[in-house]
Amino acid sequence: MAALLRERAGSTSATPSRPGPTRARTKRKGFHGRRRQTLFLLMLPGLVYFLVFHYGALAGNVIAFKDYVPFDGIWGSPWVGLGNFQRMFEDGAFWDATLNTLWIALLQIVFYFPVPLALALLLHTLTWSTVRRFVQSVAYLPHFISWVIVVALFQQVLGDTGLVNGYLGDAGLSTVDIIGNPDAFQPLVVAQVIWKDAGWGTIIFLAALSQVDEQQYEAAALDGAGPWRRFWHVTLPAIRPVVVLLLIMRLGDILSVGFEQMLLQRDAVGPETAEIIDTFVYYQGIVGGDYGFAAAAGLFKGVVGALLVYAANKVAHRLGEQGVYK
Amino acid sequence: MEKPKPVTQAAKILALAAVVLLVCVPFLVILSTSLASQREVIANGGWVLWPTDPTLKAYEDILDGGIVTHALGVSAGVTVIGTLLSLACTVTLAYALSRPGVFGGRPVLLLVLFTFLFPPGMIPSFLLVKELGLLDSYASLVLPVLVNVFNLVVLRGFFQGIPEELYEAARLDGAGDWRVLWSVVLPLSKAALAVVGLFYAVAYWNSWFYASLYLESDHWPLQQVLRTYVVAGSGITDTTTGEATVNAPQTVQMAVLVIATVPILLVYPFLQKYFTKGVLTGAIKS
Repeated sequence: MAALLRERAGSTSATPSRPGPTRARTKRKGFHGRRRQTLFLLMLPGLVYFLVFHYGALAGNVIAFKDYVPFDGIWGSPWVGLGNFQRMFEDGAFWDATLNTLWIALLQIVFYFPVPLALALLLHTLTWSTVRRFVQSVAYLPHFISWVIVVALFQQVLGDTGLVNGYLGDAGLSTVDIIGNPDAFQPLVVAQVIWKDAGWGTIIFLAALSQVDEQQYEAAALDGAGPWRRFWHVTLPAIRPVVVLLLIMRLGDILSVGFEQMLLQRDAVGPETAEIIDTFVYYQGIVGGDYGFAAAAGLFKGVVGALLVYAANKVAHRLGEQGVYK
Repeated sequence: MEKPKPVTQAAKILALAAVVLLVCVPFLVILSTSLASQREVIANGGWVLWPTDPTLKAYEDILDGGIVTHALGVSAGVTVIGTLLSLACTVTLAYALSRPGVFGGRPVLLLVLFTFLFPPGMIPSFLLVKELGLLDSYASLVLPVLVNVFNLVVLRGFFQGIPEELYEAARLDGAGDWRVLWSVVLPLSKAALAVVGLFYAVAYWNSWFYASLYLESDHWPLQQVLRTYVVAGSGITDTTTGEATVNAPQTVQMAVLVIATVPILLVYPFLQKYFTKGVLTGAIKS
């Protein structure tokens, strides 16, 4: 209400002082109001981008219902109804890719998700602020390194001729076969995600932790609560909403597991363990040229993914937490 | 509060030291290997932790014209131009959407936010770029990713946080919307602009997938060259001369890796500086 009053006061007092044709002054509500016209023009480049590259591409999803022929283009290719989807549902490779996606996402939730939380708690209890800031700076860094570099670094450290195997060999121990080994691939993927993003992931937990009133700790300590009980009754309730929210969001996004990361390494270990829905779409469509079929798989993922995010948000609200959107 | 036990304190320090080493050692290995001679690298089995006789030969080889030099130029150009274009479009859209009462503001905001929930998909995006005739043009690396919704939301939130009184004061002075943006909003938003600009720059610099989709190999940026040399371990065919490069030696591979990493390390302190200002945590929370 106050904002509304301020807005009204602002526009009435500003109008007389602004030079310009009378029409612009009297027709403030419509498109032709001068200041709104400027704002509208400022909005245009970004708006055109979203209309062309998001909604234009979104409309291109019609090829999921067509047999795409490059020569005829998106609109000229013949319709095949739900044929692509039917093929997809009958394709064992698609279901293998879906299972891989879900399995890797689950591994990440179990093994990656707690790491930033633990690291944040560790950093939070560190009283030495210079050390704390230094560790934070170092730990955030890998987030900004490209997946190409991360995968290359892992090759250099864990590969056949890498650092770890070099030391193991020198020590007369048996070497480890990690890079290019399908059996080790899924744990490797999780390890890479931990290396790259665990540090960055602490930010949101640290923000929640910094909201805790220091006096609560002191009061709890005065009441005779030891470190463990203080953690249980003061720290944990403070970060619980963030943890629940992030977990729900991750569950909503369960069909996505790092496309670039998987694409970079799929060829080395084979599709059995490394094919996810996104790489399936890539290999069927871009590599195989079966665009309609690949678009159907992508559209399926998009729709199910959006429904999952929507459902996850509903659950978050049901639990009394703030969702991603209202 | 009582002092923590020395044992717990030591365990904490040890754990944090492990974190720091896990991040730093891989970088040290690639830097050292890139500075070693190829002979030393082979003698040591593929890597060097500390070169006995450091040399810049690998860097001279790749910066002496040729694929890597060209790729470096492409990456730098795309990063600079892409970041400027992205910033311009994001700032103007975020500003328009942050002011009350702009014609169509509400529907546009919903339109933009919906793309976050439902991305268009790889195949339609690829076909769109193809039909627009952008294949094998550098524009294909920039235009399809011009405005990032997350960055847009960060900036819009920041603009909305600017006190209404400042807008009023500017309007009283007779400033139009364009002038308010340029002389009031932008100077007040330096921290937010820096963060968003750096995010765009890092994203453009790190991008390789679109290059692999849309560009011929002689137009590739550095990350895609790196991917081919190091991750896939193969050479690159020059499409104009038909000449294939052989697999790059280990020292050269590592030198490319270092060159691809250095710009990130250079801008990182600036990024770091703004994390503390709460630009991001505020945005993430909202």
